[in-house]
Formats: sequence, C-alpha cells, structure tokens
Amino acid sequence: MLEKALVGGKRYWTWVFFLLAVVGIGFITYLQQFKLGLGITGLSRDVSWGLYIGQFTFLVGVAASAVMLVIPYYLHDFKKFGKIVILGEFLAVSAVTMCILFIFVDMGQPMRIMNVVLHPTPNSIMFWDSVVLGGYLTLNIIIGWATLHADKKGTKPASWVKPLIYLSIPWAVSIHTVTAFLYAGLPGRHFWLSAIMAARFLASAFAGGPALLIILALIVRKFTKFDPGREPIQAIGKIVTYAMIANVFFLLLEVFTAVYSSIPGHTHPFKYLYLGLEGHAKLVPLMWTSSILAIVSLVLLIFPSIRRNESMLALACIALFVSLWIDKGFGLIIGGFVPNMFEKVTEYWPTLPETIITISVWAVGFLVLTILYKVAVSVREETAGIELEH
Amino acid sequence: MSMDRREFLKIAGFSTIGIGVGWILSRPGEFLEASQFLQTKELLKAKQWAMVVDMRRFKTEEDYRKVIDACHKIHNVPDFGNPKDEIKWIWADTFEHAFPGQENEFMPESMKHKPFILLCNHCENPPCVRVCPTKATFKRKDGITMQDLHRCIGCRYCMAACPFGARSFNYRDPRPAIKEPNPEYPTRMIGVVEKCTFCEERLAKGQIPACVEASNGALTFGDIADPNSEVRRLLNTNYTIRRKAELGTRPVVYYILDIPTSVVSGGESNA
Ligand code: SF4
Ligand code: SF4
Ligand code: SF4
Repeated sequence: MLEKALVGGKRYWTWVFFLLAVVGIGFITYLQQFKLGLGITGLSRDVSWGLYIGQFTFLVGVAASAVMLVIPYYLHDFKKFGKIVILGEFLAVSAVTMCILFIFVDMGQPMRIMNVVLHPTPNSIMFWDSVVLGGYLTLNIIIGWATLHADKKGTKPASWVKPLIYLSIPWAVSIHTVTAFLYAGLPGRHFWLSAIMAARFLASAFAGGPALLIILALIVRKFTKFDPGREPIQAIGKIVTYAMIANVFFLLLEVFTAVYSSIPGHTHPFKYLYLGLEGHAKLVPLMWTSSILAIVSLVLLIFPSIRRNESMLALACIALFVSLWIDKGFGLIIGGFVPNMFEKVTEYWPTLPETIITISVWAVGFLVLTILYKVAVSVREETAGIELEH
Repeated sequence: MSMDRREFLKIAGFSTIGIGVGWILSRPGEFLEASQFLQTKELLKAKQWAMVVDMRRFKTEEDYRKVIDACHKIHNVPDFGNPKDEIKWIWADTFEHAFPGQENEFMPESMKHKPFILLCNHCENPPCVRVCPTKATFKRKDGITMQDLHRCIGCRYCMAACPFGARSFNYRDPRPAIKEPNPEYPTRMIGVVEKCTFCEERLAKGQIPACVEASNGALTFGDIADPNSEVRRLLNTNYTIRRKAELGTRPVVYYILDIPTSVVSGGESNA
C-alpha cells in the first residue's frame, strides 16, 4: 500500500520536499552537535534537560491521545469514528517516532543507545519508558496497517487485530503514566514531586492530541476528497473540552498546594515561571501566553454554540495546542530545574542549533504523518461510499 | 589484577548459561565492579566509607583552594571558565546554598557567609543509582557511588535525580580545557557525566583521598561502620549535620559547624 505515497499532485510533492529540506538542514546541524557536544545547546550544569526532553514529553501525550478515538469506537461501538480512527492511530505512530528521535538527539553518547537494551535496568523508569514506547509504536503500526488493509478490501480486520486494539488502550495510558513517573519520583525536585503528575499528563494529552487531530482532519478535508465527517469532529471537540477543563483544574490544584502551603521549595518554581524570581523572568511572558491561550480555548470550547462553528472550533484547537505546547513542552521541564538544587536561579533558553534540530525532528514527524495519511486518504478516496464494518 | 578462582568460575558459569563466553570475557570491565578488579594487597577496605568535614578548620582562602585543587588536578577536571559547561567534583558554596531551608536571618554572620566544602555525598540510598538506565552509576559494596564512564549514555537522568548538584556533564570535549594533564589518571570523553569517586583509585593503592590528604585534618575519611574509626570518634564528640537529610538519600558526608568561639565560651560561663 505504501506505493500510494509515491503518487501525488504538485502540492503534495512540494510539501514533501519542503519537509525533506528542513530535515536535511537539521541533520547537518545535528552532525555539528554530534561533533562538538551538547555544549552547543542552551543546557547547563543546572538546567540539564531542556527543549528536546520537553518535546519528547509533550509528544508522548500526542501519541497517547489516539486512545480517545479507539475507546469510543471499539469499546463503546461509536460507529461515527470509523473513518477517523485510522488518522488517530497514524498520528500516534508519527508522534512516537518523534519521541524516540528527541531522546536520541538529547543523548551525550548516542552511539551507546543500545546500552539501555544490553544492560536492562528495571529500577530505572527510563528503562520502562523505552519498553512502553517501543511497544506502543509497534502496536500502532500493526493495528493501523491491518485496519487499513481491511478497509481497502472492504472487509473487517482479521480477528487477531482485536486483542491488539484492546491492548493498545491500557498501553496508551501506560506510556504517559510512565513518562510522568520519569519526573514525579525525584527527591528534591519540588515542582515535579507531585502525585497528580501522571493525571495531569493524561488530561493534557487527551486535550492536546485530539485538538491536533481535529486540525489535521480539517486539513485533510480541505485538501483531499476524503471527508472525515462533521459529526466525528464535533464529538472529538467535546472530548477536547472536557479534557482541557480537567487539565486546567489539575494545574490549579498544583498552584493551590504550592501557594497555600507556602513551602519555599514548592512555591519558587511557580514564582519563577509566572512572576519571575530574583530578577529572572525569561519564561514569564511565555507562561502567561500559555495561560491566556488556555482561557481563550476554554471559552470557545465550553459554549456549544461556538464549538459547533467549525472555524471557531479550529481556532480553539490551535489556541489550546499552542498553550499546552508551551506548558508541557517547555515550562514543565524548565520549572523542574529552576531554581536549582541550591535555590539559585540559572536560566535556560534554547540556542539556534538546538531550535533548528528541534524543528527538523518535527519535520521528520510531519513527513511520517504525511506519508501515512497519504496512504490512508488514498485508500479512503477509493473506497468512498462503502460503509465500513469493523 | 588477578581474579580469584571462585570469582572466575562464577563469571565463566554465568556466561555459559547466558550470553556467550567470548563476548563477556572480551568485556570484563562491563561485568565486574572496578573494586573487584583492583584487588590489591594495599587496598583500603571498609564497610561504608564516609567523610567528616570540619568547618572549624577552614579559615583562609588557601584552606579551600588546597583541597579543591588537590582533587581537580589529579583527576584531570577541566576548567572551561564558564558556569554553563562547568565540571566540578568538589567545590565551596555558602551555607544557604548548601543547606537550603536550614538558614535563618539571625544565624552568626560568620557562618552565613562561610563557604561549605561540597562534593558527592555517596548517599546510602542514592537516587542517581536508582534512575540510571544503564547501571553506569552504581553502588560499590564499600558504599562508594561509582560512575562507569564507558557505559554512560549521557542521558543526564542522574543529574535530574541528584538533589545535591553533585554531578557534572561533559557538554564539551574536556581535554583541551585541562591545564596540566595528569598522565596517571584517565581524561574523559564528551557527553558523559562525572563526579567525585571518593578516590577509589587511590584507595586501591592504600592511599586516602587526595582532598583529605591536602586538607590538613579538616577532612576526615574512614569506615563509618567501624566504631573505632576516626570518623566515628568525630561524630561522637561533635554535633554534625548532613545536607538535605530529610530526603532520605542518607548522605555519608557529615559537617561539623563552625560555631563562633565567643558564642560557645559565653554559653559555658553562663552554666
Ligand atoms: S550526592 Fe548525588 S551523585 Fe552523589 S550519591 Fe548522592 S545522589 Fe548520587
Ligand atoms: S547520564 Fe550516564 S550515569 Fe547518568 S543516568 Fe544517564 S547513563 Fe546513567
Ligand atoms: S574524595 Fe577524591 S574524588 Fe572525591 S572530592 Fe576528594 S579528592 Fe576528589
């Protein structure tokens, strides 16, 4: 079926070559980083994780969100998601691919990546994270491919796929829970030392991922003959709304604990992020942008009359996605490191090479996504009109 | 370098069951702890190494410099001249930074601004070991938290986990930044984490850690499990504190505070 990715119009190829060019620039920059070391990034002794690990964390959420389509469709037999569920599964494939790449570019000794497999270390959460991510990637490739194959032939997917689909549901929850555990169990990192971390991760994932999916579905509808349908998009819109409400609520719980307890270790990161600490306030404008966008998106989403308007819904999804990207892809990681172990403030800001590498990893993700969606959409265009039974 | 027969048979047996004799024997360093390799007659042994830092003995800048230089020189610790890429195994910082949350407004000025000697605490329950995905950071039987530079993948998880800021990452190639390289000790490569190792290479030769040797008695090193050791004597006769003991990592570096003599003698005359 992959051959379908090789036939396309001018617009398709321009897009593909544009992405390839971005990937190329990023690859050259990465070679530079490989040679000179992570010293070319903005990372330091005090802030030892930054943009790369932030993107990884954020994208694990995007990957996990596929489950928000899989559950209604397969578990509750919500037929309307039939056409769109494949888009969610392929989005997961591309998101996990980016996750793995972000981990890779963040490593000081990438040639030794196999050490994690050669010396399995069950006491390390990172070990479990690599296990669940690898498993989730495999599951989604198999499921996505099998269902698409079935679609093509207009039949049901083979019976062995069903158990895998059910397995993928707790698995999606596990990838984000385990990723939250990377942070949540560290002594002395007050900002992350919170039992609600995993819940926050899941809530933000179930808001951000489906929001991206709505945007993608609208793009697909605009540029291809495949229409995912108005109803499923509206249904996902509801999911996004509730998940975002939960996400903002969880964040407020954290703020309450930190502020009302007024334990310095717990309040300082919040102060640094939202007000500035000891004259350091690099992240303040960014964090407020995130908060404002979150409010805007909630206003647009909560009122059904606004949400029903597709362009408003798209706007809300974009605002929400950017808001969560700032919050989780940046603030959450930096807030864990600032102030540092000595209650001193060392600020962090990504450098140009770091930014280029980050953008190009995203480009790889979009490339994978484009190719997979191209295949899926081509199959859909051919079978248009056939009612699918899974 | 000789392994004893039992150790050898253990490894040989292990390898036949497991992954293949040749492969393991070609990589012995990855399967044995350094301590098992450096079994020399002179080896200093302990159940749990520990250190006592007597802050009363740090008076002049020279007292600090000697100790820090001793370590950084023999261990080829690079100096990049900027805090971003900084590598340090032992350093000095104020009370409020070393013991955040313990400081108060009214503590003696002399103590408030006195730099404390800081290094890896070789915690008995070290989070850096717990999180490391490759066992590149591991605990030796004698309590030393070790770092295998050849296995480290540079993920920096241990840096996020250590609550004492004791670990440094080689963001750049350290070699050009070593002023006077010591040929007796290996230099490091780019992209790995490093820290104080309680001078395990010196212990193997029957020597005490370099910083302790250079400290003129301000640092004391010994077996905390041995009730007759010098460290235990100091802990018995002085009030000591540890960094962030509330986190449960069980640091084994203890500090004797420098309480101004006027305060102490004043207390006695009142009694
Ligand atoms: S001080 Fe830090 S690096 Fe040293 S053993 Fe404790 S946690 Fe590990
Ligand atoms: S940076 Fe090296 S020592 Fe630290 S956790 Fe990663 S692999 Fe282990
Ligand atoms: S014990 Fe050795 S390695 Fe550790 S700080 Fe002292 S001299 Fe350096």
